[in-house]
Amino acid sequence: MPKQVQHDTGGYMKADVTLDAYGLLCPVPIIKTSEKIKELQIGQVLEVIASDEGIKSDMPAWCKATGQEYLGVEDKDGEFHSFVKKVK
Amino acid sequence: MEKDKFNIVVFSGDLDKVLAAFILATTAASMGKDVSMFFTFWGLNVVRKKKLTSGRNILQWIMNFMNRGGADRLPLSKFNMLGMGPAMMKIMMKQSKIPSIKEMIKMAKGLGVKFVACTTTFAFMGFEKDDFIPEVDSFAGAATYLQNASEGKISYFI
Repeated sequence: MPKQVQHDTGGYMKADVTLDAYGLLCPVPIIKTSEKIKELQIGQVLEVIASDEGIKSDMPAWCKATGQEYLGVEDKDGEFHSFVKKVK
Repeated sequence: MEKDKFNIVVFSGDLDKVLAAFILATTAASMGKDVSMFFTFWGLNVVRKKKLTSGRNILQWIMNFMNRGGADRLPLSKFNMLGMGPAMMKIMMKQSKIPSIKEMIKMAKGLGVKFVACTTTFAFMGFEKDDFIPEVDSFAGAATYLQNASEGKISYFI
């Protein structure tokens, strides 16, 4: 089990594209992320907004599996904003 | 680079178990794995069309009448209560925005998940190819599953 690192982005993270997955349960936010990332250019940052807390662990795991760069997550009162940079 | 394979045997035809299988299959596909779902025994009901019955002899005909197919007709493994359980579960799934099995099938196909139907159950229950939904990619036996499973790190039996 990899150590779960809580990246704190400091609240200044800027995204090129935002995906709203608020109110959707696992695995839908991840599946929508995998579809959305295809629309991005390399180097662009995707922000995924979700209410399912599992995303804090699932997004870095998905990034590790797919080779995308995980930039961190911001917790805004139960609204989780994850940031992923498309690198490939 | 060859993609990592992920194989799931869907033996159960229960709504709850099949949902778990589809959650794992679609997630694995979204993580770039080459996923194949092998539907066998009760699991074949997931990929069967809704039909009154089918079969080549009277026993198969009775069996398939009792064991009706259709992804939206699956019972629950617990608290089925003559269909009241699944009906409640479907409402709860909708409330939580969890996709139905039918939507999961569509999602899985969109992500490139392969559907394989077991030929043994197929013959044993007296099904025809026409009894299955067009999403089924191929019909195969145990050796195909085992070969696929040996090429991947993860393999499940649900």
